[in-house]
Amino acid sequence: MSARMAPTETDLAAFVYREARLIDERRFQEWYELFAEDGCYWLPMSREQTDPVAAQSITVEDKLLLRARIERLNSGKTYSDKPPVLCQHVLQAPVCEDIDHAANRYRTRTVFLYVEFRKGEQLVLAGTAEHLLRLESGALRVVQKRVDLLNAGAPMATIFLMP
Amino acid sequence: MTTSEHLRAPRNGVAHLVQEDQVHRDVYISDEIFRLEQERLFSRAWLFLGHASQVPEPGDFVTAELAGQPLILVRRADRSLQVLANRCAHKGAAILTDPAGNTGRAFRCPYHGWSYRLDGSLLGLPMQTGYEGTRMRQCEAGQGLHRVASAEHRGFVFVRLGEDGPAFQDYFGSALAFLDLLADRSPEGELEVSGPPLRSVIRCNWKMYLENINDGLHVFAAHEPSAIAARKIWAGKPADEPKPMAVTQLEGFQLGNEFMDKMGARVLANGHSVLGINASIHSHYGEPPEYTAALAKAYGEERAKAILAYMPQNAILYPSIAVKSSPQVMRVIRPLAADRMILEAWCFKAKGAPAVLAERSMLYNRLVFSPMSLVAQDDIHVFETQQRNLCAIGNPWISLHRGHRGPEGADAETTIGGTDERLMRNQYRAWAKFMAADLPSGAAV
Repeated sequence: MSARMAPTETDLAAFVYREARLIDERRFQEWYELFAEDGCYWLPMSREQTDPVAAQSITVEDKLLLRARIERLNSGKTYSDKPPVLCQHVLQAPVCEDIDHAANRYRTRTVFLYVEFRKGEQLVLAGTAEHLLRLESGALRVVQKRVDLLNAGAPMATIFLMP
Repeated sequence: MTTSEHLRAPRNGVAHLVQEDQVHRDVYISDEIFRLEQERLFSRAWLFLGHASQVPEPGDFVTAELAGQPLILVRRADRSLQVLANRCAHKGAAILTDPAGNTGRAFRCPYHGWSYRLDGSLLGLPMQTGYEGTRMRQCEAGQGLHRVASAEHRGFVFVRLGEDGPAFQDYFGSALAFLDLLADRSPEGELEVSGPPLRSVIRCNWKMYLENINDGLHVFAAHEPSAIAARKIWAGKPADEPKPMAVTQLEGFQLGNEFMDKMGARVLANGHSVLGINASIHSHYGEPPEYTAALAKAYGEERAKAILAYMPQNAILYPSIAVKSSPQVMRVIRPLAADRMILEAWCFKAKGAPAVLAERSMLYNRLVFSPMSLVAQDDIHVFETQQRNLCAIGNPWISLHRGHRGPEGADAETTIGGTDERLMRNQYRAWAKFMAADLPSGAAV
C-alpha cells in the first residue's frame, strides 16, 4: 500500500461520522455497503465480553443478517416502521486507538449519544462505539462495529434502528 | 360503590370480566385489576423464579422481583435451595442489590448490620445488649427473613408467594412434562443456564404477551416483513450452499396459517397449554448425528426418538413461562404494572450435548426475542398500540370467539387446532378462577 493511500486520523474520523450519518439519514443501502464481506455489527451484553457468540449478545449481525435488517426497512411493508422511525447519533470526536498500515488494521473509539424517535416518543441511549476498519481497494470498510451501551444487559426498550 | 369495592366483592367481583368467548378490556388496562392480580393470582399460582444452575455452590444467590416481590434464591450449606424475601426483618431495606453473587455463610443488611443465616433465621444483631429484655425475639422481626414456598422440577425453581393455593404438583400436573422434554435434551438429563437473559421492557399488559405466545394465527400476518426478508437474503443461492442456521430459523416465519393450524395444540388445567403437538416451525433444524447417538445411548432408542420428534412451538406453564425444547429457550414474563412488563429470553445448554445446540439457542433468542430483534419489533409494535387503544372508545370486549362453538369444560385436557383461540380462553378461565376471592377446593385447582 502506498503511503499516499494510507488513511490518516482525519480519514478515519470522517469515516466514523459518515457511518453514523448514513443511518440517521436512513440511507440503509449505502450504510450496508460500508461493511466488508466478513464485516460484523455487534452489541455485546457487557463491556467485559470478548466474543460475540460464546456469550449472549444483544445482536450479532453478519452481512447476511444486516441484509435482512435493511430489506425489512426498505420493504415498505414493515408496519412497525410506519411512520418511519428516525434516529440521531451525537458523536464525540473519534479517537484513533490503533493505526497499523502494515497490517491494514485501524481501530477507533467513539463515545456517543443515540436518540431514537419512534411513534412520538424519544429513546436516549449512551455508549461507546468501536470501529475496526480495513482498507479495501482504496476505501475503508467496517470489519467490526462494536457498540457498548451503558445499559447493556439491563432490561431495555426496543431499539428499532442501529446505535 | 367504588370500583375497588365492586372488584373485591366476595361473590367473585371479577368474574363478569371473563365470558366464555370474550374478555373485558379492564383485564388489560385497569391498575386495580393489576393490584388484585398481585394479591390473588400471582400469590396463589406457582411462578418461575430461577434455575438451580444459577446457584451451584453454597452461598450462591440470585435476586429477582416477581410481581412486585423482591426475592432471593440462595443455595444453603446442605445444598438445598431456599427462597427468601429480599427485605430486612428490621426496617425493610434490601439485603442484596446485586443480581447474582455469593453471600458466604450469612446475609448482612447494609443499614444496621442485622445478619441472617442462609435459611433466613436471625444470626446476629449490632450491640445485642440493646435488645435484652425486649419483645423483639418474640415479634415478627425476630423470625428473620420471610421464607417463601418453593419447589424445584428438573432445575426449574418455582415459588408460591402466598400461603393459600394449590400444591406444586397439583398446580402443574402434566404440564411438567414440557420441562422434562427440555431437560431430556441433555444426554445427562441436566440443563445449565447460559448466561444472563436478554431482557426487554414492553409497554403492554403481561397477558397480551402471554396470549401471543400460543397465538398461531398471528405469525403469518405479523411477521410477514421478517419472512420476506428471510426469503430475499437467501434467494438465488446455489442449492449446495450450506444454509446458515439464522436463515433456517427466520424461514420458519413464512410457514402459513394452514401450517400453524395443523400443528395442533392442547389445553391443560390451570391455564397451561402447548402449541405444536404435531410439528412446529422448529421441526426442521436437524440434529447432529453424534447427538442423536448420545441421546439413544442415554435414554434408549425409543425415548430418544420421542424427545427429538416432539418439539412444540411453545409450552406455557401459566402464568410465568413458555419453553421451546428446540431450540432450548424459555421466555419468562415478569409483570411490572397493568401496562408494563419485562420479557426475559433465557438460553439453555443441555449437558453432554454438542455446543452447536447451545449456539442455536442463543442465536434464536437474539434473532427473535432480543430488544434489537427484527421479529419482536413487529409484535411489540402491535402490543403497544393495543394497550393504548383498549383505553379508547369502541367495543370494550376482546373477541376470543375463534373455534368456540359451545360450552367448554374448564379444566379438561383437550386437543385442538393450532389457531383455535381456546388456547387463550383457557388462560382466562384459569385467570378468573385464581382471581376469585376464594379458590375452589379439589385437585383440579
